[in-house]
Amino acid sequence: MIAVVAIGVLGGLVAGLMGVGGGIIFVPGLVIILGLTQQQAEATSLLAIVPVAIAGAISHDRDGDVRRRDGTVIGLTAAGGVLAGVVVANSLSGQTLRDAFAVLLVVVAAQLARDALRERRSGGPRTDSGSVRHESQ
Amino acid sequence: MPADRTVKLGVIGSAAGLFSGVFGVGGGSVIVPLLVLWLGYDQREAAGTSLLAIAFIASFAAALQGALYANVHLADGLLLGLPAVGGVIAGAGLSRRLPHTTLALLFSALLVAAAVQLVLE
Repeated sequence: MIAVVAIGVLGGLVAGLMGVGGGIIFVPGLVIILGLTQQQAEATSLLAIVPVAIAGAISHDRDGDVRRRDGTVIGLTAAGGVLAGVVVANSLSGQTLRDAFAVLLVVVAAQLARDALRERRSGGPRTDSGSVRHESQ
Repeated sequence: MPADRTVKLGVIGSAAGLFSGVFGVGGGSVIVPLLVLWLGYDQREAAGTSLLAIAFIASFAAALQGALYANVHLADGLLLGLPAVGGVIAGAGLSRRLPHTTLALLFSALLVAAAVQLVLE
């Protein structure tokens, strides 16, 4: 139980600091530290993302940064894709899905490293997206 | 709302939903760039609007994973997600005061290590 709370707090901290979503931390944490299967880890991560996204949306809405109608349309029209994705995830073997997730981790790591090195070379945070990546999920 | 705009939002939703369902993540890395490139959003609005969409998407996906496959560990999900809300708030506040580029490089190394561990599991 302490391990789960620790993954949550650390995952949230890193997400807030780096501007990545919680899932990129929750999923490997649940697999590597708690020993869940990849499918169980993904399902549990999705549940954990809900309060984080709601809190983030409320906070951004206060700043006037949420277009409510567009966000709702995207969310509702996602249902078919979500169903297809969940079926695909559960039709793959755990090993295949873990390997695919590992590729996603490496892609995210490469993007973060590229942005950080670019920021360092330019001598400060970029104004186009560097400062607001902290907010995206 | 013009029809072509609704179609674009629906395409973004479908793509993000598929990505989220397959990988168990929110789908922000699909939604944010598409809102910027396709609908002319600025980054802040894209991030904020994507969070509202993700609240729907992750709810659908978690419900389907639970109802169809019994994969959701309910207590673990809550013990993970509720403390994470505090973590995100603290992290966003700290991000202005910490050496961001160094942390980002360390974190990307951690992600690569996690990727190797997942392949070896």
